[in-house]
Amino acid sequence: MRHITVFLTCLIILFQDASASPVDFENQTITVAIEQEPPQLNSAKATDQVSGMVLGHLMEGLVRYDRRGRVVPGVATRWEMTDDKATFYLRKDARWSDGKPVTAHDFVFAWRTALKPITASEYAFIFFPIKNAQAINKGEMPADQLGAIALDDYTVEVSLERPTAYFIKLTAFVTFSPIREDFFNAKGDEYAANADDMLYNGAFIMPEWTHSASLKMVKNQNYWNKDNITLNAINVDYITADTRARLNLYTDGKIAFTRLDGETYKDALSQRFRIRRFTTGSVFFIEYNHRPERVTSNINLRKAIQHVFDPDEMVNRVLAVPGNLRGESIFPVWLNGVEDKFRREYPAPTARYSVATAKQYLERAREQLGGEIPPLVLLVGDSPTATKQGEYMQGLLLNKLGLEVKIDVQTFKQRLAKMTSGDFDMVGAGWGPDFDDIMTFGDLFASWNLNNRGRYKNPAYDRLVRIAMNSTDPKTRMDAMGEGQQILFDDAALLPQYEQGIIYLLHPKVKGVVRRVVGADPDYTHAKVIP
Amino acid sequence: MLMYTLKRLLAGVITVWFIATATFIAMHQVPGDPLMNDKAVSAEIRANLEAKYGLDKPVTTQYFIFLGNMLKGDFGISFTQQNRKVNDIIRDHFPVSATLGILAIFFAATGGVLFGALTAVYRNRMPDVAIMFLVILGISVPSFVFAALGQLMLVNINSLFGYSVIPVAGWGTIWHMLMPSLVLGLTTMALLTRLMRSSMLEVVNEDYIKTAKAKGLSPTRIFFRHQLRNAILPVVTVLGPQIAAITTGGFVVELVFAIPGLGRYFVQAVQQLDYTVIMGTTVFYGAFLVFMVIVVDILYGFIDPRVRLS
Amino acid sequence: MSLFQPETSMFEPLETQDGAEVITRPSLSYWQDAWVRLKKNTRAIISLNIIILLAIFTLLGPFFWDVDPALQDLNQVSQPPSMPKTALVVGSYQSWDGVTIENYEPPEDYADSVPAPTNFRTEGKPTTQVVRLVWDPVPEADGYNVYRNVREPQGFADLGLPLGATYGDELSYEDRLSLESRDYYYSVVPTDGIDEYEIFARLVITPQLAITQEDALERGLINRIDDVAIGELVEIEFHPLGTDYLGRDMLARLMEGARVSLFIGIVAPLLYVIVGIIYGGFAGYIGGRFDVVLMRFADFVVALPFLLFMILFKIAFGIGPGESGIMPMLIALVLLMWPATARLVRGQVLQIREEGYIEAARLLGGKNHYLIMRHIIPNTMGVILVTLTFAVPAAIFTEAFLSFIGMGVAPPTPSWGSMCNEGVKTMLSHPHELFFPALLISITVLAFNLLGDGLTEALDSKMRSRD
Repeated sequence: MRHITVFLTCLIILFQDASASPVDFENQTITVAIEQEPPQLNSAKATDQVSGMVLGHLMEGLVRYDRRGRVVPGVATRWEMTDDKATFYLRKDARWSDGKPVTAHDFVFAWRTALKPITASEYAFIFFPIKNAQAINKGEMPADQLGAIALDDYTVEVSLERPTAYFIKLTAFVTFSPIREDFFNAKGDEYAANADDMLYNGAFIMPEWTHSASLKMVKNQNYWNKDNITLNAINVDYITADTRARLNLYTDGKIAFTRLDGETYKDALSQRFRIRRFTTGSVFFIEYNHRPERVTSNINLRKAIQHVFDPDEMVNRVLAVPGNLRGESIFPVWLNGVEDKFRREYPAPTARYSVATAKQYLERAREQLGGEIPPLVLLVGDSPTATKQGEYMQGLLLNKLGLEVKIDVQTFKQRLAKMTSGDFDMVGAGWGPDFDDIMTFGDLFASWNLNNRGRYKNPAYDRLVRIAMNSTDPKTRMDAMGEGQQILFDDAALLPQYEQGIIYLLHPKVKGVVRRVVGADPDYTHAKVIP
Repeated sequence: MLMYTLKRLLAGVITVWFIATATFIAMHQVPGDPLMNDKAVSAEIRANLEAKYGLDKPVTTQYFIFLGNMLKGDFGISFTQQNRKVNDIIRDHFPVSATLGILAIFFAATGGVLFGALTAVYRNRMPDVAIMFLVILGISVPSFVFAALGQLMLVNINSLFGYSVIPVAGWGTIWHMLMPSLVLGLTTMALLTRLMRSSMLEVVNEDYIKTAKAKGLSPTRIFFRHQLRNAILPVVTVLGPQIAAITTGGFVVELVFAIPGLGRYFVQAVQQLDYTVIMGTTVFYGAFLVFMVIVVDILYGFIDPRVRLS
Repeated sequence: MSLFQPETSMFEPLETQDGAEVITRPSLSYWQDAWVRLKKNTRAIISLNIIILLAIFTLLGPFFWDVDPALQDLNQVSQPPSMPKTALVVGSYQSWDGVTIENYEPPEDYADSVPAPTNFRTEGKPTTQVVRLVWDPVPEADGYNVYRNVREPQGFADLGLPLGATYGDELSYEDRLSLESRDYYYSVVPTDGIDEYEIFARLVITPQLAITQEDALERGLINRIDDVAIGELVEIEFHPLGTDYLGRDMLARLMEGARVSLFIGIVAPLLYVIVGIIYGGFAGYIGGRFDVVLMRFADFVVALPFLLFMILFKIAFGIGPGESGIMPMLIALVLLMWPATARLVRGQVLQIREEGYIEAARLLGGKNHYLIMRHIIPNTMGVILVTLTFAVPAAIFTEAFLSFIGMGVAPPTPSWGSMCNEGVKTMLSHPHELFFPALLISITVLAFNLLGDGLTEALDSKMRSRD
């Protein structure tokens, strides 16, 4: 017996782990996990959430958002905006992590780089309000013709292609971050491949990055606002997409933050953890195929589905995770309107749940389509949630309307291929905001938008989108989109299902973590550890 | 022997070439391509991307370019991890998977041989029945469950002690490796246990065992020198491909235990149709597998001199 | 020294005895003998009984338990096994405007602390359809967060599930989030619009299990809308093994899933093990260059990326949306899975072909075919049966994985493997969703292991002495 005790004691000493706590008050350090390896840390090319989160800490654009979502100075201290021009005045104390100043040239270079055809950035479209940007991206003009120039080292002047009310907000987006020409050219294709292939101007630098294993962000001593940054380090010690694994790490006191899902929150609840809730701002919906050869191009069929789908049931019984909001419109509730929230000023029209009405519509659809309606093909991704939601829709339409639905489960790329070629009747889709303006959702169903995979086309809606895009008057823009919202509903152009909500755990000693609908999320920049 | 080995290596190279070709064709037959993404891109950007990655060329041209680069040992740059070379991905992550895999095989082989021999010796008695039930449990419950339960067990052990006794996930020290490799080796261990039992039972009545007994050899000596050595051939046969499979296929375990291994690249590459990574990992895995099979075949001759190969 | 010379006269003939030369037992061929011994083997008999029971469960079960396995019941999502229940009949859900303050002015400044909301109460009868919460305003607050817990909270950090937030002018919250008939501890916390004040009001409620009149009618629990008045109790559908994540009956799904899983779990391994035996047997027996070529082809097949080729097969076989791809999947599995058995058999054959008895049989004029079938394969049977039994769960799970990428069965058709995959995610909170399918898979595997053991013993003539 004594041997066992000695053995155990030895084991315990051996097993001692240095990083015992996920938060360290003395050193102002927190340890977290991320869901995947950031695939792209070149700010000109990054497209995904994880890269956006990391870059949001490492880089700083001209402006940034504060915790209430207002635009505040970043590298620019002030800016002026007219219908055809935006001028940014940069602070002189902004420094790169190697000590050299951040200048207007760095921004112009970054934007030109992102627009060059050879870079092939998927987010190039975000620059299109700038004069000549689209032409440069098509290769019709050289990059130096871009309507953004450095008047001097500390002034960026942007000529706009058309009045763009939200241009200032746009410059907070990660693709607008600066890149220094000499460093970028020296690194070539390897730029941002590893920790030492990057140069930082944000609140943190990244001295260590072990691919797929961990990365470490440390306070940037050259950051102009470093006195207001409390955290000394953010250690990303674990990279796993498995929610249960991350919950286990949280329970074990290894990480200070983790997202939960419908399957794990009950376990977290039984541990008596404080669960927090956040609405991501993304909208999920069923997109119909409006191509004429498809039955879903029939408005009465779509109307019938609209009248039996109850977003309340979807949110409360199928998703069954707090934070999700009922889907009523392509425009989520957080979008700003003229003075208040858009959806409070322009309430979304909703269809009253009624099987009887739905059956009337269905009857009309049957007549127009000439008798029987063939089984509808519902294209879904290969994630468990997608399949579950698909099965719900399948059961719903069969039981309420007698409509047969075939679920077409496809892996990621095959699903995209089918969406692009229009080989579906309905597809489960989602859309997240890129910037804080109604247009990030508004032009999604414009007939020219390539992401409008169902090819919805309504000239009246297109006209309203153009009004909202080209005007700078908030009232005109919001009226147009309010009217647009009504058109999308009348056409049953899409079937809004829910606005995505998530729940998460945050260590009670960490304060000031900001969850954002737009931009780096979660944002630890101004977080601190309390004793 | 040397001649034989050389011939086998040559045959192996041809096999790998076949694997590469078949995979290349399959990859291009599957709908979708590495450039497609959630957000649709304009025709111009798409054309730029195609030109950049050489996807605008005819597939046959792409194939010969690929072959040429493969001979130089260059698999190109990943599509999903856009700044990283496929060679770097293999170089960075294969050692992790290999470490994990070797440990898993070690657990599986020792456990399998030990339990297998035990069940054979106690045939149809209590230990045999008990181990068989464990084996059945081990193979009829998905490995995901064992990974999750194993991790949960560590959490509970740690909370019992009040601090981190064994790390719950991550990579670095030997303690990080214990639970994942155990979970990873579980199915193989179950298989080896049953295989070992079965082949032990076949050996146990052979004449040479009777002879050995008659000679008055000690039971231990009979067990190790005669029974085990004769019965272990199927185990060795299975081990070769299993080493290759385990060192590259621990996707679930890598995910649950946050291990930076090659397994996740394997699975994600196909999902993302990341052409270069698919080709790189498949060729690498194929070569590794072929090599392990050659090793096993050569081992046959050493374990059982009666086996003639050529 | 003279040798002893026997002479005929020295011998005396014995009297002929009837029956001395007669074979008393019928002559048995090898396989007949094996069958006789199999019938005597207890394990084999147990396993055969289990297999019969599984067949009854699969084929006859649906006649006794006539429930649609695809029918969703969102009133009873993820319910554990239980006794029949009754529910209160309520009217259909009417939307509720809640309580709002007219002409609300947000506070000018954010206060450091505020008092807890008072008069936290419900409006209307709390049921599993809806719980409506109302409270009185806190003057300095500009919003409220509402929480729900299933156990008594131990302080501010333990309020439970954050249900939602309201703006400052909204003094009510409607909870419809997967309500069950159990104790709920509701809390309401005032906020400044973003951050919470560390104070809360609490309310304990037990909602009553309820079903709407329309639902009851639609589900066939009542025949006419006026059969049962609002406020009466009605017996709701009974699920002896509980329900899954869409409220579908587990028992019915297990029965339907058995068809797919048992079919693919038995036929696929049988097929590819047979292919493997023939392939490996010839490769090992003939050996030489033939062996090298065959085995290199096996290596080739093993090294192909499984997922990629399955996607390719799916397209090649032209499986349309919603179609069951069982047969194509079977073919695909056989095409990709045989090499493991082939390699194992070949390894055994390499060893066995050098045995004395093979040499003897060959010298006696045994043909290759005869030698392989009569001597070599029976001697590798133990190993073959082990791979066969292991292939059963592997095939069941592979089917589930393939269904996941759209190749196996199309939703809503269940299979044990996919039920397991679904159940794994909630294995701690709803263990029954994993337990039952896993149990059935285990029983199947157990049956095949026992049968395998029985067969090994029956087929191995060397073990005859032990019987």
